[in-house]
Amino acid sequence: MKKSFFHLTILAAGFAAPLQGQQISGAGATFPAPLYQRWAVEYNQQVPTIKVNYQSVGSGAGVKNFLQGVVDFGASDAAITDAEIAQSPRGAVMIPVTAGSVVLAYNLEGVSGLKLTRAALAGIFLGTITRWNDPALVAANPGLPLPARPITVAYRSDGSGTTYVFTQHLAAISPEFDEEVGYDKSVTFPVGVGGKGNEGVTALVKQTPGSIGYVEYGYAEMNKLSVASIENKSGNFILPTPLSGAAALASVELPENLRAWPVDTAAPDAYPIASFTWLLLYQKYDNAEKLKALKDFVTYALTEGQSFAVDLGYIPLPESVVAKANAALSTID
Amino acid sequence: MTTDKTNSGGIEGSVARRLPDFFRWITALGAVSAVFVLGWIFWEVFEEAKPALEEYGLGFLTGAHWQPNRDRYGVLPFLVGTVATAVIALLLAFPPGLAIAIFLSEDFLPRTAREFVRFVVELLAAIPSVVYGLWGIFVVVPLIQSLGTWVTERFGHLPFLSGPAYGNSLLTAGVVLALMVLPTITAISRASLVAVPRTLREGAYALGATRWEAILGVILPTAAPGVVAATILALGRAMGETMAVAMLIGNSSRLSWSLFAPSGTLASLLANQFGEAEGMQVAALMYAALVLVALTLAVNFAGEAVLRYTERRTAGIR
Repeated sequence: MKKSFFHLTILAAGFAAPLQGQQISGAGATFPAPLYQRWAVEYNQQVPTIKVNYQSVGSGAGVKNFLQGVVDFGASDAAITDAEIAQSPRGAVMIPVTAGSVVLAYNLEGVSGLKLTRAALAGIFLGTITRWNDPALVAANPGLPLPARPITVAYRSDGSGTTYVFTQHLAAISPEFDEEVGYDKSVTFPVGVGGKGNEGVTALVKQTPGSIGYVEYGYAEMNKLSVASIENKSGNFILPTPLSGAAALASVELPENLRAWPVDTAAPDAYPIASFTWLLLYQKYDNAEKLKALKDFVTYALTEGQSFAVDLGYIPLPESVVAKANAALSTID
Repeated sequence: MTTDKTNSGGIEGSVARRLPDFFRWITALGAVSAVFVLGWIFWEVFEEAKPALEEYGLGFLTGAHWQPNRDRYGVLPFLVGTVATAVIALLLAFPPGLAIAIFLSEDFLPRTAREFVRFVVELLAAIPSVVYGLWGIFVVVPLIQSLGTWVTERFGHLPFLSGPAYGNSLLTAGVVLALMVLPTITAISRASLVAVPRTLREGAYALGATRWEAILGVILPTAAPGVVAATILALGRAMGETMAVAMLIGNSSRLSWSLFAPSGTLASLLANQFGEAEGMQVAALMYAALVLVALTLAVNFAGEAVLRYTERRTAGIR
């Protein structure tokens, strides 16, 4: 018995030798996936023994996998609810690792620098403003040649964190929207046409003259779509940029569980539709080596990794958030 | 027959004859497992759908609102979308499909040319759904958009032509589906036309019928069961089609009757929302899946019934 066990150990060592390291698997949100995958590649070049495999299966599926314990970490745009945490046998720690803004991309020939007031934005997505030359739009955009064309609204047809963040903002600025539509990862807009994924909405906007839709900043940037500046709570029209997004993030006082949204922030220079996206870690890990590898990777993401954010269309975390995230990371054992 | 005699003589007394009939068991296992898997799928979907079945009952089918964030689920808009797109597809695909089938079953062209045309039409069935979707996005959507704008401006007072016109709409999905089901209609109709006995055709000619009189009066009625079967299979395919429809229909959960308005089908709803669904939404989607399965089964049953009826009617001439 002892002997065979000995053989087995040798065998196992023999198999493990060429790998000689840690495989960390994660699954979840699609929105931050390009950044997470970039981190995995870059980090693997620095520390070849640690291999991170991230699957972008969607926030909902990510949370499910996390609760089932089939991954080492999860990822979600809508964090995780207290009820869900209660289901997790190994606890849960939410770590914000990056952030993004949701932008309003539009397709109107000869029109650039569109400004949307809070009332106009809600009106368009409620279907009460149906033409581009509506007085509400003209008043905010003096000098812009707004045509009499009908507005085609484009939205996400699949459940998504992007919709969550966007509708959360609309519900905050318009009681009527809150009443009629509400907010969630998947809602029923009273007007418009649905595309699957950020790429689906991007394609709709690109292809349909007179359209407007909400996508992640990175997609609008990559596809060179015109984006509107949005009126924030202080009455300023703000263009989405990494800087104006970071201003929104910095204005949030993160609670102890690090779950908060900068919903309709009062900061005067902040772009109002921005959100963190979270990694979901367990409170406890049985395997000490895996724990160390995972912590090292997340620490890397929170420090050096932040420099890739802007390139890929994300907002780097403000210093204060990084400090809190690091503190939360150190509680895991 | 003589061949039977020589065969049985050769095998008689061999080992294979005395062993249990393995081949029979293997085939039986195959048949049973097919039934089992179908039952299993049904059971699984039913189990997952149970919470929604209990919560919403039959009101699920007549509810016109699908609002996951309010836990309000009614599948009527998607039922309408599913049936409407499939009917549009059949209306558009049936006439040319049958025409192609007749053309290919007659000797209008030399044999090699006919085979080539047949091959090309059947190749349509081999194109992946997602490619149809992409083609639809770049070709059909702009076409329907401009056609729709023109039509809705003039005939917008008719409810099914009301504006505003969207490129991604019921009609767009229907048009692309028509192309996707065309090979099904053509292939099966052609096969049944070719199978009509020569004697019938010659009999018609002998009675002084022209070619078209023979086709319309004798050959087509004889082949009717096959044509009906083709149409029903096409309907089934159109109702279940997912990817291309999800890319083209505009994925709206609102109930609308206009050809130029975005809509949704049961299949596209499932494809869109399942990934991020949780809680009651999963159950509601499973319920929708159950409705879709029931719908396609009903179509196939109806098809089978029509098929048997027409077969009995034409039994005399076969």
